[in-house]
Amino acid sequence: MNYIAIKMLMGDTGKYIGIVIGLTFASLIMTQQPAIFTGFIARSYSFITDLGLPDVWVMDTKVQFIDDVKPLQETELYRVRGISGIEWAMPLYKGMLKARMSDGTFQNCNVIGLDDTTLIGAPPILLEGKVEDLRRSDGVIVDIDGASEKLAKPALVAGGKKIPLKVGDNLELNDRRAIVVGIAKVTRTFQSQPVIYTTYSRAKNYAPSERKQLSFVLVKAKPGQDLHELTQRIHANTGLAAYTRQEFMDLTFWYLMKNTGIPINFGVSVLLGFIVGAAIAGQTFYNFTLDNIRQFGVLKAMGASNGTLLRMILLQALVAGSIGYGMGVGLTALFGFAMRHSILAFKFPWQLLVFSGTGVSLICMFAAFISIIKVMRLEPAIVFKS
Amino acid sequence: MNVAVRCENLSKIYDTGEQKVIALNAVNLTIGLGELMMLVGPSGCGKTTLISVIAGILDQDDGLCELFGENLSTMKGKDKLRFRAQKIGFVFQAFNLLPALNAAENVSVPLIINGVKRDVAKRKAIEVLERVGLGDRWKSFPSQLSGGQQQRVAIARALVHSPSLIVCDEPTSALDHASGHNVMNLLKEIAVHKDRALVIVSHDARIFGFADRIAEMDDGHIVNVR
Repeated sequence: MNYIAIKMLMGDTGKYIGIVIGLTFASLIMTQQPAIFTGFIARSYSFITDLGLPDVWVMDTKVQFIDDVKPLQETELYRVRGISGIEWAMPLYKGMLKARMSDGTFQNCNVIGLDDTTLIGAPPILLEGKVEDLRRSDGVIVDIDGASEKLAKPALVAGGKKIPLKVGDNLELNDRRAIVVGIAKVTRTFQSQPVIYTTYSRAKNYAPSERKQLSFVLVKAKPGQDLHELTQRIHANTGLAAYTRQEFMDLTFWYLMKNTGIPINFGVSVLLGFIVGAAIAGQTFYNFTLDNIRQFGVLKAMGASNGTLLRMILLQALVAGSIGYGMGVGLTALFGFAMRHSILAFKFPWQLLVFSGTGVSLICMFAAFISIIKVMRLEPAIVFKS
Repeated sequence: MNVAVRCENLSKIYDTGEQKVIALNAVNLTIGLGELMMLVGPSGCGKTTLISVIAGILDQDDGLCELFGENLSTMKGKDKLRFRAQKIGFVFQAFNLLPALNAAENVSVPLIINGVKRDVAKRKAIEVLERVGLGDRWKSFPSQLSGGQQQRVAIARALVHSPSLIVCDEPTSALDHASGHNVMNLLKEIAVHKDRALVIVSHDARIFGFADRIAEMDDGHIVNVR
């Protein structure tokens, strides 16, 4: 009977395509929108993930997320270094400074100041130049996206393409000269501002004068040191907040979830996709069953049990659901692939496959359920009506 | 005469809420094995209700209906389904072939319902299609066949599992005179058998001559059997 069920499903090509398109649409919306949402959220803590070396981040207790910098006194660095279980502790400056472009316009930039000696926290991938070049006078490393877009120089002709910033070019940070010595590839940040790396001492010079300028202390634990114990020890000894990398990512993630409308906006899109997909697929599948009600009646009259018909409808829903789900997920993957070099945030973890798979399954169950009720209540005597 | 169908005081009332319609009113009818019985009468006289009860797809409100000595109304659901699947073949006015299946697959359906494997069922279906003169059209879909050919496929479907009772509802009313005549000839030739009974509901006076007996119905009664 499975064969007959499949043939019935695919026999009416128009209706079959309608069902599959409804499910594809639902599956697409339920993966594409959350993938963009996940991408956005991942960008919020991309700076933390890009810095692979430190195990623990130390900061002011009032810090709520990565960009919520509350500067510390320089002496805090030495207090942290004095705590047992720490291999090394390095300063990190993170601040938003204005860069003056060659055409006189200004651009806010995310300036990162790395420990002058070790340069810990340097960008993971350098496309041009070397990290050590930061030690050259006024040297800065600029991220490729910033260099090619927001920090790019004006086109030579009106309406022409902007000229990307390259090694050797100058820019001004807070009226001080900065020379590009390298171009880095970093994960885009939430605000998508250009990221400029320099040394810690030079970053302090670029930044407006303040009593406190240390943003974070990056800590590497000694081998075998329990990180949870270490964060507690740092907090107990210094009164500062200390988080493992994962904890700091979670702090940033939950701040955005609770304090921005982003989850609601995306949630509404996903919900709408689910409802529209369910409506299209459910209605089309139900119509398909209604159109075939006489055929189900014939099968029932010939001795097919309700259980057999139930299995047939479930199989039809399963086949249509699997194809629609596969196509939706495939389209989302293609979308992500096509957008991989664009500014669009996109991240497609396996959990989204489970999420959308569950959603499509629910739609199919709903569609099958309303059809099954109709078929279960069907009087086989219908077959004698012309 | 061995009895295939025995109906005694069969009654059926349709309750539509606003009014009650008496479809069958104390119907008594016996159909023997090897017999072709035709049920005739005006529209709404209860013919379709009677064959629905005889075929076990509708329960009577009162009275007795036995098929080959078995009372379907007292059978459990699964047993009734199995009985129907094994013992009864159907031919419908509107053919009721599954449009997505080709002729052989359509004819295979009763065998598949009875648990026969698909390839075995298909071979058997092609054999029966040859008997109804459509051996070369087994791959054709219903939409590629004429009305007469579709009804021949439906007859093959009704015969393929060798049922003991074939119930036909207006088998010729959707066909022209020649096709209808051919279909009745075919039924007479290959469906009538000493171990099988045929009940045919018809308005079509042109085919009454094919019947062994004719039961005339009116207003829920059998008014005459000749």
